[in-house]
Amino acid sequence: MVVMDPAGDIAVRQRDLVLLATGLMLLIVVPVIAATLFFAWKYRASNTQAKYDPEWHHSTRLEVMVWAAPMAIIIVLGTVAWISSHTLDPYRPLDRLAPNRPVPAGVKPLEVQVVALDWKWLFIYPELGVASVNEMAAPVDRPIEFQITASSVMNSFYVPALAGQVYAMPGMQTQLHAVINREGVYDGLSSNYSGAGFSGMHFKFKGMSQHDFDGWVAGLRASPAQLTRADYLKLARPSADEPVHHYAGVDPGLFPAIVRLCVEPGQACMDQMPGMTRAGAGPSAKSGRQHAGAEAPMSTAMNMTGRGE
Amino acid sequence: MQQMQTLTAPGHVDIAKLIFGRLTWDALPLHVPILIGTFAVVATGGIAVLALITRYKLWGYLWREWITSVDHKKIGVMYMILGVVMLLRGFADALMMRAQQVMAFGHSHGYLPPEHYDQIFTAHGVIMIFFVAMPFVTGLMNFVVPMQIGARDVAFPFLNNFSFWMTVSGAVTVMMSLFVGEFARTGWLAYPPLSDLAYSPDVGVDYYIWSLQIAGVGTLLSGVNLIATIVKMRAPGMSLMQMPIFTWTALCTNALIVASFPVLTVALALLSADRYLGMHFFTNELGGNPMMYVNLIWIWGHPEVYILILPCFGVFSEIVATFSGKRLFGYASMVYATIAITVASYLVWLHHFFTMGSGGDVNGFFGITTMIISIPTGAKIFNWLFTMYRGRVRFEVPMLWTLGFMVTFVIGGMTGVLLAVPPADFVLHNSLFLVAHFHNVIIGGVVFGAFAGINFWFPKAFGFKLDALWGKVSFWCWLIGFYAAFMPLYVLGLMGVTRRVSHFDDPSLRIWFIIAALGAVLILCGIVSFLIQIAVSVMRREELADLTGDPWDGRTLEWSTASPPPAYNFAFTPVVHDHDAWWDMKSRGYHRPVEGFLPIHMPRNTGAGAILSGISLAVGFGLIWHIWWLAIVGMIALVAVAIGHSFNQARDETIPVEAVVISEGARTELLRKVA
Amino acid sequence: MTAASQIRLVGGREGPEFYLAEEHHPENGTLLGFWIYLMSDCLLFAGLFATYGVLGRNYAGGPSGAQIFDLPMVAVNTTMLLFSSITYGMAMIGAQSGSVRRTLGWLAVTGLFGCGFLGLELTEFTHLIGDGAGPQRSAFLSSFFTLVGTHGLHVTVGVIWLVTLMTQVARRGLTETNRRRLMCLSLFWHFLDVIWIGVFSFVYLLGVM
Repeated sequence: MVVMDPAGDIAVRQRDLVLLATGLMLLIVVPVIAATLFFAWKYRASNTQAKYDPEWHHSTRLEVMVWAAPMAIIIVLGTVAWISSHTLDPYRPLDRLAPNRPVPAGVKPLEVQVVALDWKWLFIYPELGVASVNEMAAPVDRPIEFQITASSVMNSFYVPALAGQVYAMPGMQTQLHAVINREGVYDGLSSNYSGAGFSGMHFKFKGMSQHDFDGWVAGLRASPAQLTRADYLKLARPSADEPVHHYAGVDPGLFPAIVRLCVEPGQACMDQMPGMTRAGAGPSAKSGRQHAGAEAPMSTAMNMTGRGE
Repeated sequence: MQQMQTLTAPGHVDIAKLIFGRLTWDALPLHVPILIGTFAVVATGGIAVLALITRYKLWGYLWREWITSVDHKKIGVMYMILGVVMLLRGFADALMMRAQQVMAFGHSHGYLPPEHYDQIFTAHGVIMIFFVAMPFVTGLMNFVVPMQIGARDVAFPFLNNFSFWMTVSGAVTVMMSLFVGEFARTGWLAYPPLSDLAYSPDVGVDYYIWSLQIAGVGTLLSGVNLIATIVKMRAPGMSLMQMPIFTWTALCTNALIVASFPVLTVALALLSADRYLGMHFFTNELGGNPMMYVNLIWIWGHPEVYILILPCFGVFSEIVATFSGKRLFGYASMVYATIAITVASYLVWLHHFFTMGSGGDVNGFFGITTMIISIPTGAKIFNWLFTMYRGRVRFEVPMLWTLGFMVTFVIGGMTGVLLAVPPADFVLHNSLFLVAHFHNVIIGGVVFGAFAGINFWFPKAFGFKLDALWGKVSFWCWLIGFYAAFMPLYVLGLMGVTRRVSHFDDPSLRIWFIIAALGAVLILCGIVSFLIQIAVSVMRREELADLTGDPWDGRTLEWSTASPPPAYNFAFTPVVHDHDAWWDMKSRGYHRPVEGFLPIHMPRNTGAGAILSGISLAVGFGLIWHIWWLAIVGMIALVAVAIGHSFNQARDETIPVEAVVISEGARTELLRKVA
Repeated sequence: MTAASQIRLVGGREGPEFYLAEEHHPENGTLLGFWIYLMSDCLLFAGLFATYGVLGRNYAGGPSGAQIFDLPMVAVNTTMLLFSSITYGMAMIGAQSGSVRRTLGWLAVTGLFGCGFLGLELTEFTHLIGDGAGPQRSAFLSSFFTLVGTHGLHVTVGVIWLVTLMTQVARRGLTETNRRRLMCLSLFWHFLDVIWIGVFSFVYLLGVM
């Protein structure tokens, strides 16, 4: 059960949260189930020994208990939810690699740009200038910063062993910070249904030592293919069960163009259309929760987040 | 797409397009053996039923007594029948999915290609929510509420009939998509951009939109109707805080319906504006925003689940009190809990998309509001528990369903609260864990509630109880089947398996799918046993007869009248002095009046509702297939019939006092015999 | 309880009585029901307003509200609708005083105002579409046309209803049923007025600012 035994610190903390919340609720759920069965048995009609009091229908003490017990659990759980919503916010840069192992000073996260296509995943490593389809790798114990978008419809980027999922949505960009702590090959998938090829829309996520990772990147660099805009447009056409392939080079403007839905030559970007940007808008692929080009991100506005980036 | 291209060829084809829109022979699934087989079965069955009706000259009877009926009891019964019929369809979808997921591992791709599988899970969700669960709760409310408040009918009897037939038209639209064209391949909420024209150019999403819009009209109007009924038509003396709990939950549910279905209407209307008029609400291009749809649909969608569950809470409250022989514990807190849930259900919708990148503050807020709902729900569970305390619990079939519910629902509630913790949701969202959770609460809550209610009120509706043995078989099959079918999905969810997948690579998952499939087969046994239960009961109706009208030693007013009740429900309007009015009457020595009867005014049957709904169906069909003349003519006809109906003045009729004397006299005689 | 104690009950025995001896006439629920329906309709508009609120600045390179709204024309339109509410009020006064002729006369004036409103709105739409600012141009225009158009559709239904009701009043006079229907249509008509004030200020006035 990968969700119960993940390999990345974020997913481990999410697992701990699942266990904690379940444990807290079992405190009340188990007694309730037991009491249900016990009362039903004890006060069965055939048991004439049990007390029968057809008019007993109120007890202030019990009523207070009835409301207070779930409330107590929810107060604790609500506090946990509030705190963890912030500490495990996927947009929040990591502050630790694992328990008692803060991120060493000067370590920059590995940037990965993720594009959900119909029906495959494209991973672009902007610093390394390489890209791959349906396969990604990352060095162990180095924070990863995912910038996530989609070409056409909604998907959800999810590597259960690594961290919880975040949606990949066209014209919008979402983020995820995570780290992998154990070497290994893990399943990654889209968890939001996106059409006919959805079932085959998975990939391998490889946690590697730095040395192996460098080798993997070198392998990518040795590939004859380049990911230009034209190649991307070809790649973006619907296809199912796409095999892994690699690109030695990537058009640096590609990912921002995908987010702004203007990869095709001559296509006006959402934010280049007059009247599209709001006052003060700075179209930037890096500005967090954003609907391309709009300063108050639409997803943000709709989600009523109002959190300043 | 192919069809469209052939149709746009020049020449004579244009006339065909004018007449048939984009409907061609290609739309009929003549190349899909499964569908042909299904169609053959459905068609033979349908023809057989029609032939039998004709053979026994039942058309007139059906038209006079049922189709045109404005009697809330008959309409309630028809809703239940609709629910059962659609349950069979929705469950067939479920079996097909379970079979596919067992088969499709590794090299095997199962027997369903994605384009079919994707329609099936979409149809399963849509049918189960809109055409099974909704008819069940609406049917129960329709049948029970007027009698519980001592009324003779609902506030707007014609509207009630119309609402029912609109729901039927919606259901027929979905069923049509099985054999003419296809259904949506989008999931039951049809998120754009996937559901927009660019990615779903075929008729599937249009079927989806129009079936829900047509049925939605019915749902909304029945919501208005029942609120007005409860507010205006209670028996003298019945204050709000003396209403039976089921009526309270019905009131809250209908308030939710009225306050949430318009949002669904808007969401679907804007989606159709995108699809039909080339607008840009949810498209990727020209400023559209799919997030807007996601928000709108869940602003409706979350209250919707409480629309379904609240009446079932009401059913369980009535049953637990009745079969414990005891007044409900904590009536007032039950009412406040219901109201609290009603209000809070509007403040939680965002928890359906914690994973779309809202910040910690927003996620935290909606996580906490979601958890808060569990407080009144928890209080309700405790109240049912303490109702059994110092009671005399009779394990009749409705009570079994209730106990099954209490145990099962608590588990579903627990996983629900777990999903409300945003970071926990990040790992469980869209997984089979989530699928297991909502089946846990919807089957454990709504389906169990519907079966509890059917077993409880069946004798009231038909004058004989349902057979207990087959009822128990059905219950245990359902209960064990449920656990077998959905506990494995919790496990699979924790294994990182996501929903709506039609093929798997990892062979270690397979055993869980096999167990789940066996569970589904057990549930099938439960459904079949239920049908057998009805058949057996009909055959044994003499032995199972309920002569008193009060087979369970009931507590509320519906049990004070005959089973089945006369058209007018009550010869004399009851006067209420306390909670559990009928129990109060029994314990304080009421006297059933046997003389002094008066003629009774009742609404008169009308075919307008069925006709309007039939035309709506035609309009929907025209819009789905772009048969514009049909849509336009149909809309004009709708307006014309509606106007024509407003000129109809013969809306009431009087049951003469002699008829009342005869039917009440028969009951007097019956009661004397029983005594 | 008080209600029950004032009503004639069956029999004259000891103890509380549980049945009513006379025909029970529950209050008519039509106005309440119609009011509830209007509230749901109000939510429908709330959904459209919210959509406009979210999408109303997504011009996508197309024109903005300031560029296309013809405020003087909208002002005339608004005035007509407001006047129609007043004339509907006059019709209701006429109905109250039992004068079929006055009722019908004012209803006719109301209907004419309604038609005038619709005519101007259609003119506006035709111009916009002709200028390339149709609902397909941008999300802003989609939400604008849909919000305003839905209101217009409601007014259309109102006018059809009004004509129907005039026929019924002319034929059968001011019967109880017809009075109740007049009351319902009155609620509907004023409701549309209120919605329009929202459209006028939220869409047009804010749009040109």
